[in-house]
Amino acid sequence: MAAISREEVAHLARLSRLAVTEEELDRFAGQLDVILQSVARIGEVAADDVPPTSHSVPLTNVYRDDVPQPSLTHEEALSGAPDAYEGRFRVPRILDEED
Amino acid sequence: MSDLTRMTAASLSALIAKREVSAVEVTTAHLDRIAAVDERVHAFLHVDREGALAAAKRVDDGEITGPLAGVPIAVKDVVTTKGIPTTAASKILEGWKPPYDATIVERLKQAGLPILGKTNMDEFAMGSSTEYSAYGPTNNPWDLGRIPGGSGGGSAAALAAYEAPLAIGTDTGGSIRQPGAVTGTVGAKPTYGGTSRYGLIAFSSSLDTPGPCGRTVEDTALLHAVIAGHDPRDSTSIPSPVPDVVAAARRGLQGDLTGVKLGLVKEFTGDGSEPGVLAAFQESLEALVKLGAEVVEVSCPNFQYALPAYYLIAPSEASSNLARFDGVRYGLRSGDDGSRSLEEVMSLTRDEGFGPEVKRRIILGTYALSSGYYDAYYGQAQKVRTLITRDFEAAFAKVDVLVSPTTPFVAFPFGSRTSDPYQMYLADLFTIPTNLYGGPAISVPCGLSEGLPVGFQIMAPTLADDRMYRVAGALESALGTLTPPAL
Repeated sequence: MAAISREEVAHLARLSRLAVTEEELDRFAGQLDVILQSVARIGEVAADDVPPTSHSVPLTNVYRDDVPQPSLTHEEALSGAPDAYEGRFRVPRILDEED
Repeated sequence: MSDLTRMTAASLSALIAKREVSAVEVTTAHLDRIAAVDERVHAFLHVDREGALAAAKRVDDGEITGPLAGVPIAVKDVVTTKGIPTTAASKILEGWKPPYDATIVERLKQAGLPILGKTNMDEFAMGSSTEYSAYGPTNNPWDLGRIPGGSGGGSAAALAAYEAPLAIGTDTGGSIRQPGAVTGTVGAKPTYGGTSRYGLIAFSSSLDTPGPCGRTVEDTALLHAVIAGHDPRDSTSIPSPVPDVVAAARRGLQGDLTGVKLGLVKEFTGDGSEPGVLAAFQESLEALVKLGAEVVEVSCPNFQYALPAYYLIAPSEASSNLARFDGVRYGLRSGDDGSRSLEEVMSLTRDEGFGPEVKRRIILGTYALSSGYYDAYYGQAQKVRTLITRDFEAAFAKVDVLVSPTTPFVAFPFGSRTSDPYQMYLADLFTIPTNLYGGPAISVPCGLSEGLPVGFQIMAPTLADDRMYRVAGALESALGTLTPPAL
């Protein structure tokens, strides 16, 4: 039995904002199934009492002094934008016209 | 003057300091070499001739002195360089010029290393062959029909092709060490947090570690010393002194390992490797014993789960990190014809801009993090990460370093592992545990199998980067370095 279905892959692609093609869906569903079957072995490990590790270095949050420091200029921050308008990032419409 | 491109960084540095050769001459020699061979190797995505020569001139003018001043370097394209295109080998960042330098790039500039250009890699550092670069693969200088390893295949190939004496890589699951192994060069992954991630385009933030690549152990240590050290701009940067890796490498090169205990990882010396790889590894181990080292077999039973844990943790973090590529702030925007919504434009941009391996990992990571699967996959992987760390700690209570082959197989032909992604993942079988633990590890050339380089991996405890350099130096003193066939 497959670990992941084509429909699930399509749903995950939507959640990830990837407009995948039908051909990609077919290919990814098969490949992801192989990968998931392989990594599912991790379930064999008895680890109920084991604490999780999110980071190898046990550091607590780091704060710096609240002192202004040099940073990017407005122009530099916008320099890589595909579209900018009056000093702001310009984006496609967010709401439907009827909204 | 002998061919400047064949010399070590240490010798070039000495000649420049004595003014027997200028930094501009050294840099020009490497730029000319790139112009002559890179059409065949394709190690570089971008060459910055003007910038490199200007930096070299500042050294010749006496503005910058110090170790490695004037020695040119290649930088992996996942590291930001102000005003110089940085793409992470992805279409989604084609043409992007970062407005700032990564901390490690800042340090290279302050130390006077001219940056020759940006090297090819698997897109967003996801892969083991550079076949997932959106700009075409890099060819291994040992055999142009084979992969140079990945993700940092461009940096490793640039060294093996004598296009650069030094290079910067990044290692999330083996992306410095495995390319080093299959190109017959040296690659070191420092302790996580020992080198700054500021300015690194993030793949898996809890694992990503930038590090040095060279053709000799001493050169690699010299570069390590330049880039390592605390950075207040990276919250996971470790605020402690950098071990003296240069002194450790030089000590090792004297060829005495009396009293050093090498832990042979039982789980990594079995039939998972090609016979030629195991043979070269065993011979090298015997060479280290002749230098006085003692070999102790150790068992790390949870290492067998490192690969599955990694392929849940890394894609999970990647799926979150790569959400920033939304077609709004930088890079590609696709399908914005005035009729489509933000969400449609975002989805079209990401489908066009990302390659297949990146999409697979984003989907896999989204799955592993989704409710209902989180505990079984991501949560369980984090627990296994703890068990792997405990295996390392138990082993290091008995031995000084752990040793294994770097990768189970020599450079493979293009196309032989792309149809089944899991076969590609196996290239990182021996390198991944270190990333999950956070300690340092290095790959050193240790002979040939079927005419292709084999790598010897040395893993050390967290913050004991000097220990692995000592053993690496000793190995090089016994075996020498490898010389690839002429291009």
